[in-house]
Amino acid sequence: MESSEKNNVKCIGMSKEDKKVLRKQIKSSHTLLKHEGIITASQATKSLVVANGGLGNGVSREDLSAALKEMGEVETLVMPPHKPYAFATYSLEECAQKAHIHLNGKKLQSGENSVTLYLSYVNSVPCEEEVSLSLPEGLVLLEDFVSPEEEALLLSAIEWSSTNDEVTVQKAMKHRRVKHYGFEFRYDNNNVDKDKPLPGGLPVECLPVLERCVKDGHIVTMPDQLTVNQYESGQGIPPHVDTHSAFEDTILSLSLGARAVMEFRHPGGRLVPVLLPERSLLVMKGESRYLWTHGITPRKFDMVPASAPQSCAHKSPGLGTNGSLTLRKRGTRTSFTFRKIRHEPCGCAFPSACDSQGALSAPLPSPPSPPSLPCCHADAARLEEEYVHQVYDAIASHFSSTRHSPWPRVGHFLSSLPCGSVLADVGCGNGKYLGVNPDLIAVGCDRSSALVQICAERGFQGFVSDALSVPLRTASCDACISIAVIHHFSTQERRLAAVRELVRLLKPGGRALIYVWAFEQEYNKKKSKYLKDHSKNHSPILGTPEDDYKPADKVQDVGKVSDGKLGMHTNRTTFNTQDLLVPWHLKEARRNREREMDESRKKDKKEKLKKTSGNSCSTTSVSGTTPLDCNAEPCLGCDSNMSDPRDATQGTDDVTQRSSTTGTSESESSPAPIFHRYYHVFQHGELEQLCTQVEGVKVQSSYHDQGNWCVILEKE
Amino acid sequence: MKLLTHNMLTSHVKGVTKGYPLLIKATEVKVNEVEFNPQFVSRMIPKLEWSALVQAADQVGQCQDLPAELVPDYEKNEEFLKIVHRILLEVEVIEGCLQCPESGREFPISRGIPNMLLNEDEA
Repeated sequence: MESSEKNNVKCIGMSKEDKKVLRKQIKSSHTLLKHEGIITASQATKSLVVANGGLGNGVSREDLSAALKEMGEVETLVMPPHKPYAFATYSLEECAQKAHIHLNGKKLQSGENSVTLYLSYVNSVPCEEEVSLSLPEGLVLLEDFVSPEEEALLLSAIEWSSTNDEVTVQKAMKHRRVKHYGFEFRYDNNNVDKDKPLPGGLPVECLPVLERCVKDGHIVTMPDQLTVNQYESGQGIPPHVDTHSAFEDTILSLSLGARAVMEFRHPGGRLVPVLLPERSLLVMKGESRYLWTHGITPRKFDMVPASAPQSCAHKSPGLGTNGSLTLRKRGTRTSFTFRKIRHEPCGCAFPSACDSQGALSAPLPSPPSPPSLPCCHADAARLEEEYVHQVYDAIASHFSSTRHSPWPRVGHFLSSLPCGSVLADVGCGNGKYLGVNPDLIAVGCDRSSALVQICAERGFQGFVSDALSVPLRTASCDACISIAVIHHFSTQERRLAAVRELVRLLKPGGRALIYVWAFEQEYNKKKSKYLKDHSKNHSPILGTPEDDYKPADKVQDVGKVSDGKLGMHTNRTTFNTQDLLVPWHLKEARRNREREMDESRKKDKKEKLKKTSGNSCSTTSVSGTTPLDCNAEPCLGCDSNMSDPRDATQGTDDVTQRSSTTGTSESESSPAPIFHRYYHVFQHGELEQLCTQVEGVKVQSSYHDQGNWCVILEKE
Repeated sequence: MKLLTHNMLTSHVKGVTKGYPLLIKATEVKVNEVEFNPQFVSRMIPKLEWSALVQAADQVGQCQDLPAELVPDYEKNEEFLKIVHRILLEVEVIEGCLQCPESGREFPISRGIPNMLLNEDEA
């Protein structure tokens, strides 16, 4: 009580109690400095850090604010999420001093929690971060979807006491009570017995709500399965993705009785907490339903926006939008989850999380298993034929439409070449780089005749050939480029042979530029554009990875090679393995065109066969059995899924859009075809190491460019 | 396929040592007008195998005034550069095939695109 000098002056004559407070306070400022970088001030200021008065300690904004206001007018109160402290700024320094004197060492009761506050002066208060977390793709939250009367009616429709009747199935789970209608969801295999409907069907009380959902277009067909979960305060549900093969795309979840914060997590690491107010309807479709896990952390309090949570959630339901957070005690929440039983295998765009498409999570027999890594030359050739050549031919026009802009640094390389230089683009794709520098004598080749056809239509010179055997004179080129090609070769020997072939084409002094996709999609602390959308540094407002559930293992680890099988990559996530299959989602609209083109091409081929006799072998090789490959991604960029700043965006935007906006209808009616391309993604140093094995050439420079490893070679 | 491209192509069938130049058997040849850039053409000339170009021009019936030997001081000889320009950049083989001079292997040209893929046993 004595003076404001308490902070740094040892006062003789202090009571034992006072000394203890002082000791603790000094200790707390040390802790704040050490762990949080908060520097406390020795002189009185208007601002205080209130140790132990934080959301992370279970102190609500209201309770702390009330205690602080007794000492004077509080200008701002900043409560960083999950932190055990808060910052208060008074309009007058005297008030801050008063608070320091009276609140230091005092107990504060907030709900069931009691904490002892320790206050220290600070010179500055960190700004509250304005983070905007958008909702996962495909997720919609509709507030006040049911009226309080409907809410009461629905809650009363669930008779929790009638245990084990024949009509429904009720279970007491570890963390919640569960009841099933229509079909039983079995937690042993995470699926439903589709031929064993429960006799009672859905409660009639639900029908008006469901009819409204259908009428408003939230779901296409009436759901036929209902799971009711009841969560007491402190209960939750682990993060999960609803089994793809069990249920159709759209999942409806009605929150009744009390609000809760549900956490959505992308396998790439993004976390989006979503506040579900009572009487709201959550609609999960597309990516949010198929790829993101959702769960509720068992706790007694949720962090929610402090002001007008309802209206603010209405505008942007992601919780990150409002800087001021407080705690809300959880009540008993009952959720009604409505789903439609799926009768065909799932054909969604997220194979890594899809049990119908072989994801490891599958409790059900999974369809075609991915191929293994090749162990001999013939295997490698077959793998590349099926998972590279055939795919590029099939997706050529869609692929080409996603690659238009040259990667800047490839463009610079081409522009740096002297006028009249001869350039070979080995794996030229749609010819994106052939016209970058019109002063070059440029010729391209690709393994995919469909892609070379596109080059020709654009007026570029191209021919069909394999990157392991390029029919150009030795030492005829001033420069060669191989952009996003060599990562499609499935053995080290073949990758080496591809570099050697490139070097063979160069004149002495000639230079080659090679780009391959990098295992490291994050380099020098910067994420590649490829990861961009899903992993921007959103600082999760609620929940840090450590204090919440980790995403379910099954979702995270599917990329790993097991039993020598190739991993399945999820687009836009980091790589778990170097040899993998990368999905390409063919755009629906383009499908027919592809098919037509394909047919006309086949026709052409046949006619040609008739015309030019004696070339039978070459024709067969076009469609199929040649070992080599090169095609890949030609020119530029490869894969959409890849890394080109512009192209990649484009490609994946397509994908995302498709899956989120049209996911439902498409996957329910006719799933868009998904192709898988084989990749070997290179680790740091691997490309250089490969190139140094080729004689007569030296690595002039190497660099990382947007998730690619790149080298420039010079022939001696 | 322009004759400029043909001038760079060679047979790459396994075991072949003299795969250049490829013989052209054209069933359809087109001549498209391309803007004449004398500088660009004169820069190209030193990159060419002249005799292969003359042979190719002959095979597609476009030899006309192309001299069998490269003329001296061609950089300033606009008339000569125009002839070369036409042969290199304006003449295109649309349909037909290329044949390896040593093994006889034929590579089809369709819609102007040579398909140079080999079978497993040829590579």
